[in-house]
Amino acid sequence: MTLELLKGNEAIAEAAIRAGLQAYFGYPITPQTELLEWMSKRMPELGRAFVQAESELGAINMCYGAACTGARVMTSSSSPGISLMLEGISYIAGTQVPFVLIDVMRGGPGLGNIAPAQSDYNQIVHGGGHGDFHAIVLAPASIQEAIDLTGLCFDLADKYRTIAVLLLDGSLGQMMEPGELPPMQPVRQEHPAWAATGALGRKRNILTSIYLNPPDEERVNLQMLKQWHEIQANEVRFKTYYMEDARFAVVGFGSAGRVALSAVRAARAEGIPVGLLRPISVSPFPEEQIRQLCEQVEGFLVVEMNTGQMLDDVRLAVAGRKPVEFYGRMGGIIPFPDEILTEIRRMAAEPLTLDGHPRQRWLERMLAAA
Amino acid sequence: MVIAEPQPEELVYERPHTLLECATHYCPGCTHGVAHRLIAEVIEELGIRERTVGVASVGCSVFAYNYYDFDWVQSPHGRAPAMATGVKRCLPDRVVLTYQGDGDMASIGTGEIIHAAARGENICVFFLNNANYGMTGGQMAPTTLPGQKTTSSPNGRDVELSGYPIRVSEMLSTLDGASYVVRRSLHDPKSIRQAKKAIRIAFETQLRGLGFSMVEMLSICPTNWGMSAPQSVKWLSEHMLPYYPLGDYKVIPAVAQIKV
Repeated sequence: MTLELLKGNEAIAEAAIRAGLQAYFGYPITPQTELLEWMSKRMPELGRAFVQAESELGAINMCYGAACTGARVMTSSSSPGISLMLEGISYIAGTQVPFVLIDVMRGGPGLGNIAPAQSDYNQIVHGGGHGDFHAIVLAPASIQEAIDLTGLCFDLADKYRTIAVLLLDGSLGQMMEPGELPPMQPVRQEHPAWAATGALGRKRNILTSIYLNPPDEERVNLQMLKQWHEIQANEVRFKTYYMEDARFAVVGFGSAGRVALSAVRAARAEGIPVGLLRPISVSPFPEEQIRQLCEQVEGFLVVEMNTGQMLDDVRLAVAGRKPVEFYGRMGGIIPFPDEILTEIRRMAAEPLTLDGHPRQRWLERMLAAA
Repeated sequence: MVIAEPQPEELVYERPHTLLECATHYCPGCTHGVAHRLIAEVIEELGIRERTVGVASVGCSVFAYNYYDFDWVQSPHGRAPAMATGVKRCLPDRVVLTYQGDGDMASIGTGEIIHAAARGENICVFFLNNANYGMTGGQMAPTTLPGQKTTSSPNGRDVELSGYPIRVSEMLSTLDGASYVVRRSLHDPKSIRQAKKAIRIAFETQLRGLGFSMVEMLSICPTNWGMSAPQSVKWLSEHMLPYYPLGDYKVIPAVAQIKV
């Protein structure tokens, strides 16, 4: 295998194909459209299912149907398109069929813009549609990691019969980097026993998310929660950098985490003992690792490309034990390493406080600078 | 004295085995039961039960899958044609059907049905039109007739306020992708026989890979119409038939050659 210069969206598409993707249904939206275009060329030539749907509603429900046959299926979209898909995502969750979603996030709310953002953290990690369920959400910070995590998404979706989401911002979708694609896996020929494929030689299978009898619905919710606890226990993924002797911790995912790493290196060069925790699974969230860091560090700095959506999860894990600060850019703006370095210097130099809210302090600084 | 040997009973009519032996949740007089039976009979005649996957919709037919002995999936409101697309594209050698009402298809699901037809998806769509939302208690549907009283058009459908009904079969017949689009009715024995024949042609269309087929069936809803079943049948013939004429709206030449 050799390194190739790959565009994020296309690399993810090809990684999915090589993971044995059997069906792709999508709708164009910037900044993920190259993914759909790649599929439109590759899937038919491989004899696999591809439909450009009439809308995101159509696309997600085609995925729902395909998932019910036990096929490896995915769609991709960007923030406003994901909003439209939430209905189907909730049904897929309620039916407990495996499904992979790629969300290449852009600025919002509303039509927002087409520039990179991490605006869908809450929508995907804490939302994802009505009802009680959780999706596995993996957040890459490079194109190689996006390739690797795409394959993992399919394996996890199959293993737990759940939804696995690859959550990245538009810059990772659009930029090119050297990467290595995995070898082509054969497409699965057999269907899982639970799939709706025609009741030949067995009892009929019915795949639905409706449980009209409240005790039945409660039982399903409890069973799904039990499975989520199993996922929480086994599927937390993260990376730490320079944490061994760190007295301060920066926490950031995806591109924000990657930019923060540059800032952490610069701060280390200045002698500031700071490290980085980059959650790879933002759901399940590495709560325990952050709780443990509370024993080690004097304070946390959360960096995101939104107004502090993951910040709330960090604060829940920290639970008031240590001060937390926040720095975010949004609306399609990627923070520069220098901006984060300034925040690290402030954290190291100024007395930290447990009082007030980090988002409020950050907002005041942002408004004063504007 | 000669005692005649008793003759064994000759079974001349029975429940199709593709229908499960259970009571349905449908109201007395409802024609869903008739449509269910016709579909089951055709599936049995064609011997395709083991390779059929149904897509249930949202509305009174939400529990259609409780009554059939083959595989089903359950779609969100209006999305059955999209879900059926996903199933069929992954399992091209299976027979895929959707079973939808007029609220589901002609309102919230217009995008999905139009584009499934436009793509020429090789699926069968069975569309029951009873001119109201049955499941939620008889509200105005896109198919509710001008002047027809419902719980959300208490003074009768006012076309100035709510516009005019949608004739789905006529609309879909304009699409090049549609191969077989017809309207039948379930209000009398002759119409029911004709509906069954259309259902058979729809399945044959799919089995021969000829593309999208839809059989619209005018249906009665005695409970929500506030009438007895005989009154409902009369109301359908007097009011729905003139607005929704029965007929073959689109039959491509290859389908026209199918003899059943």
